[in-house]
Amino acid sequence: MSEDQTVTIEVDGREIQAKAGQMLIDATDAAGINIPRFCYHKKLSVSANCRMCLVEVAKVPKPLPACATPVAEGMKVQTRSPLAIAAQKGTMEFLLINHPLDCPVCDQGGECELQDVALGYGDDVSRFVEGKRVVMDKEIGPLISTDLTRCIHCTRCVRFGAEIAGVRELGATGRGEHMTIGTYIEKSVDSELSGNMIDVCPVGSLTSKPFRFRARAWELIQRDAIAPHDAVGSNLHLHVRRNEVMRVHPKENDAVNECWISDRDRFSYTALNSAERLDTPLVKTRGEWKESGWHEALTRVASGLKEAGSDLGVLASPGCTVEELHLARKLANGLGSERIETRLRQGDFRTAAGAWLGQSVTDLERCSAALLIGSNVRKEQPIFGHRLRKAALEGCDVSFINPLELEMNYAARQIVTPPAAMAGEVAAVARAAGAAGPLIDQAEVTERHQAIAERLKAAPAATLLLGNLAQAHPDYAVLLTLASALAKATGAVLGQLPAGANSVGAQLVGAVGDGLDAMLAQPAKGYLLMGVEPGYDLWDPAAANAALTQSGFVVALSGFRSESLEAVADVILPVSAFAETSGTFVNAEGTWQSFAGAVSPKGETRPAWKVLRVLGNLLDLQGFDHDSSEEVLAEARQQAEGRQLDNAPADAVTECRLVDAALTRIGDVPIYAVDALVRHAAPLQKTRDAIAAAIYINESEAAKAGLTAGMQAAVTQNGTRVILPVTIDPNIPNGCVRIPAGVAGTEQLGGQFGEVTLEKA
Amino acid sequence: MANEVCLRNNDLERPWLLEQYQSRGGYEQLKRILAGEITPAQVIDEVKAANLRGRGGAGFPTGMKWSFISREAPGQKYVVCNSDEGEPGTFKDRDILRYNPHQLIEGMIIAGYAIGATRGYNYIRGEFWEPYMRFQGAIDEAREAGLLGENILGSGFDFDLHVHLGGGAYVCGEETALLESIEGKKGQPRFKPPFPAHFGLYGRPTIINNTESLCSIPVIIEKGGKWFSEIGVANSGGSKLFSISGNINKPGVYEIPMGTPFAELLEMAGGMRDGRKCKAVIPGGSSSPVIPGEQMLDLTMDYDSIQGAGSMLGSGAVIVMDDTNCMVRVLERMSYFYYEESCGQCTPCREGTGWLYRVVSRIENGQGRPEDLELLEDVTRKIAGRTICALGDAAAMPVQGMLKHFRDEFEYHIEHKRCKVGA
Amino acid sequence: MGFKNAPMTTVKPVEGKENLFSPEVRAEIDSWIAKYPEQWRQSAVMAALRIVQDANGGYLTEALMDQVAAYLDMPAIAVYEVATFYSMYELKPVGRHKVCVCTNVSCMVNGSDKIVDHMEQKLGIKLGETTEDGRYTLKEVECLGACGGAPMFQIGTKYYENLTPELVDSILDGLE
Repeated sequence: MSEDQTVTIEVDGREIQAKAGQMLIDATDAAGINIPRFCYHKKLSVSANCRMCLVEVAKVPKPLPACATPVAEGMKVQTRSPLAIAAQKGTMEFLLINHPLDCPVCDQGGECELQDVALGYGDDVSRFVEGKRVVMDKEIGPLISTDLTRCIHCTRCVRFGAEIAGVRELGATGRGEHMTIGTYIEKSVDSELSGNMIDVCPVGSLTSKPFRFRARAWELIQRDAIAPHDAVGSNLHLHVRRNEVMRVHPKENDAVNECWISDRDRFSYTALNSAERLDTPLVKTRGEWKESGWHEALTRVASGLKEAGSDLGVLASPGCTVEELHLARKLANGLGSERIETRLRQGDFRTAAGAWLGQSVTDLERCSAALLIGSNVRKEQPIFGHRLRKAALEGCDVSFINPLELEMNYAARQIVTPPAAMAGEVAAVARAAGAAGPLIDQAEVTERHQAIAERLKAAPAATLLLGNLAQAHPDYAVLLTLASALAKATGAVLGQLPAGANSVGAQLVGAVGDGLDAMLAQPAKGYLLMGVEPGYDLWDPAAANAALTQSGFVVALSGFRSESLEAVADVILPVSAFAETSGTFVNAEGTWQSFAGAVSPKGETRPAWKVLRVLGNLLDLQGFDHDSSEEVLAEARQQAEGRQLDNAPADAVTECRLVDAALTRIGDVPIYAVDALVRHAAPLQKTRDAIAAAIYINESEAAKAGLTAGMQAAVTQNGTRVILPVTIDPNIPNGCVRIPAGVAGTEQLGGQFGEVTLEKA
Repeated sequence: MANEVCLRNNDLERPWLLEQYQSRGGYEQLKRILAGEITPAQVIDEVKAANLRGRGGAGFPTGMKWSFISREAPGQKYVVCNSDEGEPGTFKDRDILRYNPHQLIEGMIIAGYAIGATRGYNYIRGEFWEPYMRFQGAIDEAREAGLLGENILGSGFDFDLHVHLGGGAYVCGEETALLESIEGKKGQPRFKPPFPAHFGLYGRPTIINNTESLCSIPVIIEKGGKWFSEIGVANSGGSKLFSISGNINKPGVYEIPMGTPFAELLEMAGGMRDGRKCKAVIPGGSSSPVIPGEQMLDLTMDYDSIQGAGSMLGSGAVIVMDDTNCMVRVLERMSYFYYEESCGQCTPCREGTGWLYRVVSRIENGQGRPEDLELLEDVTRKIAGRTICALGDAAAMPVQGMLKHFRDEFEYHIEHKRCKVGA
Repeated sequence: MGFKNAPMTTVKPVEGKENLFSPEVRAEIDSWIAKYPEQWRQSAVMAALRIVQDANGGYLTEALMDQVAAYLDMPAIAVYEVATFYSMYELKPVGRHKVCVCTNVSCMVNGSDKIVDHMEQKLGIKLGETTEDGRYTLKEVECLGACGGAPMFQIGTKYYENLTPELVDSILDGLE
């Protein structure tokens, strides 16, 4: 039977069309016929165990579960017949006998699938007079609360872990009535997608820990938003009460995030009311920071910027909106400067390319061979990681070339090599694929290169993806050149996994320039920083600090107080954070997604686009008369018209700058260090993925330096010396030390990749 | 006519030894088949003609089960034997494993040949250590003799056989739970369809048969399906192993023709102990509804007769109870069993078995309420037919049977807070 | 989405797993692994748990379960699920002799209550408990498939049938 074949079935007297072999519940859902269910979830495997979706099928004496009954031509189904209703009500009675019915104190109350269905199928009075089951709650980490007495054993969370998150963390231990959900041992649930378990739980057994007891579901107003931390562009629902974001849920969009979001997108809202939020303008006078009024601060900024004039540099986070970046660029241009840069973590600007996914988000899960170069996609763009995992489970051959070994949740080939050798590995695959050129011709091809090349060539849909580690690589241009050659030789789609929520939008509105060197090598007279903490958000914090310190005037638009900002800035303007401002992000695949502010700006903060617009006015620049962000967007779109993104490098670069040093730093940016909002999200900072600054090094390399686990050691990079603890990590190759970037303790260090030396502290 | 099939070698001194088995023509049928005298299709036809119905309890025709698998279908296929004997009252497969292991092995190889499977597993419950050692000894002997493994007896046919030991879970007697268990998981039954014939062990086509069913195969091939079928009665072919226990003088396993009167079986088993009255009989393992003694004495031991009395022949486990037994107490123990053994995945069974047990236990302990009996019946109706596997039905039926035939004892317990029988 | 059936294999085998357990235990587990298809090492989990339990004086610890998981390339939780599902695995220390006494219907109607009472009195413990000297654990079990010899119990791998209080005394007293 072909999947596309259509059959006609009759449900409750109504004829509906369904795909042959489809489960009945999928057909009725599509037709808008409601069948109650708990264990069924359209994105999870069928378990058919809750028995809530029992319906009557003609010529079958027993009621059948709609979730596990394939449709067949002419099938007649009754979802509300006496037999079906009796079965559904029977199941409901069983589900309730051991349920605590503590809805008044349950966070799920008001949005509980059990509560909803019980209203229709439950009785008012229970006939169960025996003692109810009580289950001890378990501590499973900072994000999820458990109230296991409420559990109805649907196993959605367990299946989510196994099938979607790709790590079996929760299980159902014990047998029969004694079966409980949990980790069995005291252990946290660490998946970067774990929060989705809260959503799939139909009852209040797994609830959001940060949201616990903070609000009732019916007090919340739902607003749409777009996730601000990566280039996926996940669609969000913000749940707001009295002008406060209380929690974040996914908004379903099958083309982008399906019904999932990463924990980063789900819990970063907790930073909105962090004590570190900046809500008044700050002005530095004679080395002292003072709170000030907007007028005073803006006047000071206007004069500072005017002073800088054409020698202004704008460094903006790739998480800034299209509108903000458009106005920032316009402002700089108005002052005669072309210097604006958003690729703050890029390690090499020797060639230009339009970095984007090169394909649609859904294409990722349809590819049949993939090679990722310098990417920890699972943690960098968790939803893309999930799409690729889906592809892998369907047989896609996935390979990685990385400077460190990744913890995978599917089988993949990993070539782990010191950063300086990465180009050689890519070149070898390219050579194996039949490409030619400098580096490629000298590359030493081994079996694994051959295997990757063959798979890429043979695959009907192959892709090459450069990730954040590649972009941060000092020879990014070389990697890109080689990858481009490899793509040509194999017919694979060349794509990039941009870092920021609006990295692609930034390119389309012209918020990219000649690179960080051009911006920082010679200090500019003035700098405008947008959403940037110099110690954390730039490729080379030491160089950035030096340039900013020497600059005449630095103004920062920031949502948070920041020591590293206060050390270099002259004025800090408090701008509205995520959820407080309207705007637009262009995601990795190039989809423009706009959103409105969900809550009003905190304190004295103002949306950054308004601040820039007013600055434009104060500087008497032309074209700063927008009344709404929509007007700014319209203008930006016009400007972007005709700008095509192409991952192919403009120039072939084959000269490697990174030489094999005795010890090379790998400065990845951990998942919960990517931007200020995430860095201030307390629950996320308590997770296992909140990687602390340390010297991660393998045992033999540590021994060479005379270091052991837990010891404090001194790292020296470009003359800066920093003391950090030593952690033994077998995933780091010889000759390398992983010292993450973007985390406290690394603000003074140099570039994300480069030579370092270690010594006992 | 008794002990003609599975127990036919029990008179030998050490019938589990290969040499002894062969002295009675053991493995001769396999040789004939491998020599090409009998085709796979003919094997299946004989099994069909034998009217052999699955001896594990469900009574599904074995030949038909085999015919669902195409011998020509590519890829690995499996033969799985279900020796997870756990239905309370049943202890026949243990005897096969202990006393006639080679006949079971021969039956499994023949089954493998018939469906084109080259690998078999015998799932033996973990508590059966001694039977397992016996069976494993037989496997080793057979392998040594070239009867198992690659290129059996030079025929070009490969078949290897392994034991998988259970870990203590009644539900693994359910065929798909058993497959899950072999796959190293909890024994939670799978939803069907797909059936094991299409999606079985490791996702491959698989036949699963009870020990007694597979052990019967070599005799069926030797003497013909017709011969076997004619031992029994219409709709119940062959002879059958009955495990009879309870308040009787000679409990044990008796292999007798289907259709034998219960009274005869009881007599073989030495009759009622101390000459007491036969009060109640559970005719097919604890999942089958109880039948009052007088009624049982008029029935014959075959599928139709027992079914006609509102119960089931099941695994042929006959538990005979005399008039000293309190039926409330008996039901409490049985209900505890299903509560304890429910795997926990389906709501009605997970929640309902505990509910049943607790209510019956309350009644037994003098805490019963008048409405409890109706409640019990209602709960059983809400479990039966609403779960993935038959354990839900198995938990419901004994309650229904007891309330149907011995309701007065339950009412007495509720009203007087004590036992009518004085147990 | 349809039904799922795939081994729960971990992506990366635990390093040094080949040195877990004693060589004897390892050899025994390996003999079970060999019975199953190569990608289904986890099929040996029940056998492995039994083997390490026996080698550990009759019960499993978290550490042992984790080692079994590592040895079979399984996620630990999948091993915990199995160990807590099947009744023959013990998750707490048990006595040197675990007396598994059947109390199901056939045994019950043949006086298993009296056997249990007798043992409880003799050993001074209830079902589910272990004597202070660590010699005996009494465990109530479901039907062991030996109803013809009811009442019965199992100690270690051995079945003892047609029990009477006197026979129980001689069996228990005869154990080390």
